[in-house]
Parts: sequence; C-alpha cells; structure tokens
Amino acid sequence: MAGPMNVTALVVFVVLFGFVTLLGFMAARWRQGGAPGLAEWSLGGRRFGTLITWFLLGGDLYTAYTFIAVPALVFGQGAIGFYAVPYTIFVYPLLLAVFPKLWSVAHAKGYVTAADFVRGRFGSPALALAVAVTGIAATMPYIALQLVGIEVVLGSLGVHGHWPLLVAFVILAGFTYMSGLRAPAIIALVKDVLIYITVIAAIIVIPRELGGYAKIFAHVPAQNLLLAPPSAHNLGAGAGYATLAIGSALALFLYPHAITGLLSSSSRHVVRRNAVILPAYSLALGFIGLLGYMALAAGVKAMPAYASGFARFGPNYAVPALFLQSFPSWFVGVAFAAIAIGALVPAAVMSIASANLFTRNIYREYFDRDCSPARELQVAKFASLAVKLGALLFVLYLPQTYAIQLQLLGGIWIIQTLPAVLLGLYTRWLHPLALLCGWTAGLAAGTAMVAAKGFASSIFALKIAGLTIPCYDAVSALVLNLAIAVALSALLNIVARNPHADATAASDYA
Amino acid sequence: MAGFRLVHLLLLPPYIAMLWIGFYNVSAPALFGMPFFYWYQLLWIPLGALCVLIVYRIEERG
Repeated sequence: MAGPMNVTALVVFVVLFGFVTLLGFMAARWRQGGAPGLAEWSLGGRRFGTLITWFLLGGDLYTAYTFIAVPALVFGQGAIGFYAVPYTIFVYPLLLAVFPKLWSVAHAKGYVTAADFVRGRFGSPALALAVAVTGIAATMPYIALQLVGIEVVLGSLGVHGHWPLLVAFVILAGFTYMSGLRAPAIIALVKDVLIYITVIAAIIVIPRELGGYAKIFAHVPAQNLLLAPPSAHNLGAGAGYATLAIGSALALFLYPHAITGLLSSSSRHVVRRNAVILPAYSLALGFIGLLGYMALAAGVKAMPAYASGFARFGPNYAVPALFLQSFPSWFVGVAFAAIAIGALVPAAVMSIASANLFTRNIYREYFDRDCSPARELQVAKFASLAVKLGALLFVLYLPQTYAIQLQLLGGIWIIQTLPAVLLGLYTRWLHPLALLCGWTAGLAAGTAMVAAKGFASSIFALKIAGLTIPCYDAVSALVLNLAIAVALSALLNIVARNPHADATAASDYA
Repeated sequence: MAGFRLVHLLLLPPYIAMLWIGFYNVSAPALFGMPFFYWYQLLWIPLGALCVLIVYRIEERG
C-alpha cells in the first residue's frame, strides 16, 4: 500500500504523465502564426477561444494543491474548510462584471501584466513595481506548493527520494520554455478530463462503499459538522468563514497566473462566457472537499498501511490514502496522474506569469528601456526557468511548512494590489503615492497579523467595542489599505495632483 | 462610478445567499443524508452560475 511500490498504479501514472509531456512539447507548433514576441509565447498570441480558455483557466485556478488541501482542511477541521464553495461562488459575478474591462484595456494597449496596466493608467513606475513584486512574491511559494502536490502523489505511489521531482521539474521547465502558454493550455485539456473522471468516480463509488452520505456524515465529530455559532460578544466562526470566502474571491483574479489566463483569451466575450461555465469546476471542487469526510468515514487515518504517509504529509495525505483504499490500482494511477498533471498546468502558467512581470516591469523598465521584442522574449524564457528553479530549491531545501505559510501570506499580499488594479479599472482618482502608502500599510498589517499567530492561521480576531470579530487577515488588511489610499488621495489631490498622464482612454475599456 | 449597470444587481443573490450564514449553518433538513449546510452551498454553485448567465444574456442582447 503506502510503503511498497504500487506497480500497476505507477505504470498507468507514468504512461499518462509521458503522454502529456509529449503534448507539452508538441504544443509549440499549435496555432502558431502571430509575430514572434512576448505575447505570442506567454499569452498564446491572445487567440484562445471559449473552450480552450475554459480548460486553461479551470486547470490554472483549480490547482493540484487545491484538490489536496481543501479536502485536507475539511478532513482536519470540518465545516470551515468548506469556505472554498462560497469562495468560488463569489468569484464569477466579479469576473463577469469587472474583468472584461481589464481584457479590453490590455488588448488595446498590448499589456501583458497587471503591472503594465497600472504603469499605463497611473503613470507611476514605482506603483507598477510594487504590483509586479507583489505578484512575483505571491506566486513563487504557490509554484513550490504545486511541486509539493507532485511529491505527495509520488510518495503515495511508493516512489521516494527527490529524483522523481527533478524529472517532473525538467519536463515542466522544458515544455514551458519551448511552448510557452500553449503547453499548459493543451495539457489542461487532458488534466481536466482526468479530474472530472476521478471526481465522478469518487462521488459514485466511495459513498456507496461507505454506506451513503448519512453514514459518512455520522463519522464527523459534532463540533466540526457546522461552524461555531455566534454569541453576544463574538461573531463566531461564521465571520471568519465569510471573510475567508470574500478575501479569497477578491484575491483570485489579482494573481498573475489568473490574469495571464484571462489575457490569453481571444475576446472579452470569451472572458464573459467563462464566467458562466467555469462554475462547473467549483462543483467538482465542492465534492472533492467532501472527500475529506469520506476519508474520515473510511478510517484511513487509523490504518497501519497509511501511518507512514500521514506521518510524512499530514492531513494532505487524506485523499491519496482514501483513493488507495477505495480504488483498484489502475484507477489509483489515473487519479494520481490527474493530480500530478494538475500540478503541471498551474506551475507552468505561474512561472510564465512571473516571468512576464519580471521582464516587463523590472527588466525593461529599469535595465533596458529600448529592448527588442526578441530580447524581451529571451529574457522572459530565462526568467521562467529561474522562477521554477527557485521553487524547486524551495521544496528541496526548506521545510514544507514554509511553502504553505508563504502561500498563505501570498493571498494576503496579492489582495493589496486591488486598489490599484481593480479600482484602477474604474477611476484614476486614487493618487499613486496614496496607493503606495495603502499597499505598504496593508502588507505590513497583514504580515504582522499572520506573524502574531505564529504563521499558522490567517484568521485574526479583531476586537471592536467589546465585540470579537474573527476576520481573514487579507480582508482586514485590505480595509486598512483602502482607508489609507482614499484618505491620502483626498489630501494629495488638493496639494499635488498625479503629475503623470493617463496612457489609456475611456474607449479602451469597452 | 463609470460602467455600472443596473442589470448587475442580478449578480447580488449569490452573495446574499452565501453571506447569510445564520440561515444555512444548520444540519436539517438533510438531503440524501447530507446536512443542509453542505447541500445548500453546493446548490448555490449552479444557482450562482444561473445569475451570471441571466446577466450575460441580457447584456449580450442589449
């Protein structure tokens, strides 16, 4: 089981993994045709239609780590882990109403990153740099976690040591370098089909084996089944739940990899249609969350066969153990391949997105103003390698908890770019200096609140007038950020208006 | 703010439904053995998508 090698599963796994590797390299020649340059490599030439964008964004946003971590949270802490459901419900009205504007202005002006937009809109290189650095810092640990996802799956198949991770890394780095965004776009197609097959099989087969949902939920400890209710002096776990959902939803499309996926689509209508059809993945995620309870009901934690796995990976091992327990070997191979391939897609997009930020908003802005498109592309390709190498070293040489904690911080950091990026789509009334001050305060406050909880929790209990409000740090830090940005803008706009011109026109947003 | 449309009010129900936690943080009535807390939220995934679809259709026509 967990200890010795699971040969059948491993063979299926390797065949599927080999197949997507081939696809990834062949993708370089798929739908080529635009003038070679950064947008051709990193955005697939902005030519992806509704269906490809659906697969790409689905594969990009619902990552392997999500598929392991959400049920792990439900497994370990119960109802609170289900915040992933309202979170993904909140995302799509926002995607429909707001983000087509970003697509339009990026298309009109040739922007490749959110920082490009901020640079053009507010004219401030410093503010753009802040957005770019935040994006890179939030993405690096996220890439590391995707590699952790691959490690968990390989460990569950009985493959130990670091060499398999190195192989996965070389494959990932190779096809990303060669094919750019086209590789994850094509691989996402295979990954998503495998994920849907796995989820459908899991929600049909496993509840039947366990005697139905009533029996499954009977195994959940009573205090974990619902959120702790509010009292007279404490808003209870519900406040943390709601703010986690809101904060995560607001943060999602500020992440560089989400924006890269968004900007690669061929029109704003593709973005809008995807706001309608992407919730299909949320449904899959909701049921995957319930796998945490199925793992509880199956009692895998107490089984000696899985003891070493739980010792090594903690609650993240709940779903792999459940699959090993419930599925025949060959299907374990399919399910694990789905998770591992599910790590390749976001890891590739994330490294491309970080590379774009580095190339456009740091390299070109500060080191080589007049660099040619060919040079820009070369720098981005190398940057994508460097970013992934950084993530690999991270996984190999630092404790896994660092990656998890940093990714937690990443969400709190990236949401601090909301006033500049998201509100910037509507108004440039906010002053760049005020935005920078708000950003600094938000980062500092958010990080301090997580540090105060020993980097173990991102919910901090705010005490306001005798009332305790458990609140997701990203949200409270964002409120502080916004308050400072608005107050200082009101002041600065009187004293010294933004001296820079707006590179965008109202018609660019339509 | 520029660009706000009245039809976007139709995007509010999913937020109201999910933020009114007191309403759904209960176990009864269960569906197929699943407590209310869980199936209610799962149900709102397609309902939320429906709200988005309606706004999408209205805007595409207008």
